[in-house]
Amino acid sequence: MRVSKKLRVGWFSFTCCEDSTMVFIELMNDKFFEWKELLDFSYFRTLKGRNDMTDLDIAFVEGAISNKKEEETVKKIRQNCKKLVAIGSCACTGAPANQRNSFDKSTREEIQFILDRFDHREKVSQLSEIVKVDDFISGCPMDEKVFLSRLDQYLKEFGIAHA
Amino acid sequence: MHDSMDINIEQISKTEGHADLEVKVRSGKVQDVKLKISENKRFYTQAVRNRHFVSVPQFVSRICGTCSIAHLTCSMEAVEKCLGVTPSAQTELLRKLAIYGMMIRDHALHLYFFCLPDIFKVDSVFEFDKSKDQIVKQAFAVKGAGNNLSKVVAGRAVHATYERIGSFSHIPSGEETSVLIKELKSVREHVLELIKIFNDCDFAFNRNTTFVALITKDYSFLEGKIQSSNGAVIKEDDYWDHLSRVVIPYSQAVGFTFKGDEFMVGALARMNLNRNTLHKKTRKDAREFLKVFPSNNIYHNNLAQAIEILHCIDHSIQLLEENEFKEEAPPAVKAKEGRGIGVIEAPRGTLYHMLELDKAGKVKFANFVIPTAQNQIKMEKDIAAVIPEILDMTKHDIHHELEKVVRAYDPCMSCASHFLRIKWNRSFV
Repeated sequence: MRVSKKLRVGWFSFTCCEDSTMVFIELMNDKFFEWKELLDFSYFRTLKGRNDMTDLDIAFVEGAISNKKEEETVKKIRQNCKKLVAIGSCACTGAPANQRNSFDKSTREEIQFILDRFDHREKVSQLSEIVKVDDFISGCPMDEKVFLSRLDQYLKEFGIAHA
Repeated sequence: MHDSMDINIEQISKTEGHADLEVKVRSGKVQDVKLKISENKRFYTQAVRNRHFVSVPQFVSRICGTCSIAHLTCSMEAVEKCLGVTPSAQTELLRKLAIYGMMIRDHALHLYFFCLPDIFKVDSVFEFDKSKDQIVKQAFAVKGAGNNLSKVVAGRAVHATYERIGSFSHIPSGEETSVLIKELKSVREHVLELIKIFNDCDFAFNRNTTFVALITKDYSFLEGKIQSSNGAVIKEDDYWDHLSRVVIPYSQAVGFTFKGDEFMVGALARMNLNRNTLHKKTRKDAREFLKVFPSNNIYHNNLAQAIEILHCIDHSIQLLEENEFKEEAPPAVKAKEGRGIGVIEAPRGTLYHMLELDKAGKVKFANFVIPTAQNQIKMEKDIAAVIPEILDMTKHDIHHELEKVVRAYDPCMSCASHFLRIKWNRSFV
């Protein structure tokens, strides 16, 4: 099976438990050889050492944004992709990674030294508060059927077809 | 030979996530090593306070995607002990099966996709050539068998839904268990091949340490006493008397010592201390490979993981063949003030969840001790010890060797992969 070109994708992870990364890798149990022909995994730190985040067709982004470095990185990802898709609950809604946002004063004081030491933002944010998000695949973890259906849709959108 | 150099590794990624490494070498000697776990804290210890016990296990399952069933099960145990609930014998069997499914999937991912590329000298599974198609298919079959075992028994492989306090909300049917047995039997030969690959691998790094694990009667990861290689035997309730928190200012995770010393938890510790309780079929078919234990070679952690996959398959087949699962009424569960400690073996080592509940059943205080945090001090010392041995390598190879050492621990799913991004800032003398 040959394809005319591949969809150039990145899979990124910020503050979260990486459950959707796990689901994505489990989907490979059935899809690996098909995806190897259709997708160019340009950035996928969980599985690769050499990664390139430039000129992506789609960036799949899991997790919420909790420190300034993550904020800079997700903005850089946005500049380097045509479509950015929020994956899973933390990326789509901020929760549960954003639980510190609703801590009371004394609990906040208890954790403040860590927030200061590691340059955390004032609050943890869902992706759409930081960058433009083109699509949302929600769930904790993401719903695998919805993901597969959207991926098919993206392949069509980008003209990736079996030759 | 690099006589003096600074290594700044940014974003080793996460602990199931991110970590950084800084190394300073002067006049051929390691002056400083900082392994910084930089995974952003989500403050579960604080966020769980005031939650009602019913919602706690599902909530803390979200600490980790890859070993969520371990956190879920450990939390269930903590709540049950606090409330004086005794799970039924069937519930204990189903928990063993859920844990086995997780172990098979989790270990298989680490071994096939994070470690095998090192052995085959490629960057990733995506670079395996056609000659490796067979083993890639085997990898997905083994991983899939673990995934399906968890799905049938626990509802999902990630953030499982059937497990509840004292019971399961869904019982697998005879038809479902027959399919599982067939699938598990079909992948057994693949696992024997995997064990041989890790047995034949010549990677080695030896350094004496103390090993600690929960010693179970049937290597089922769930109940027993905490034991160490230097002879300590500790009841679960007394866990905190022997663990000491070590604040590591540059790391977002605290480290731990055991009776004041660095130590290691995980598959190597379990295999060193408890291999005689492996399933009899596993002991028979892995007899030659078990001879290397006890071992201080950190790379034997991966051989131990491969043998554990075989054990999980063998014991699961036996449990599924010998038991018929039936619907049963859940035990009565009533709020009660108290303290409960769950201790289990997660894929990466001993996991502790301690909960204190108030009269209304809400959490007053919680303490979670995570395996990778327990290994943090030893990992850092191993890195310091290995550097002098590799200073004559190219910078690319030093980078790779440091990755391999950290990866051998399987510190967590995402950070166990190829995660080091080194900024080189060297001075040669």
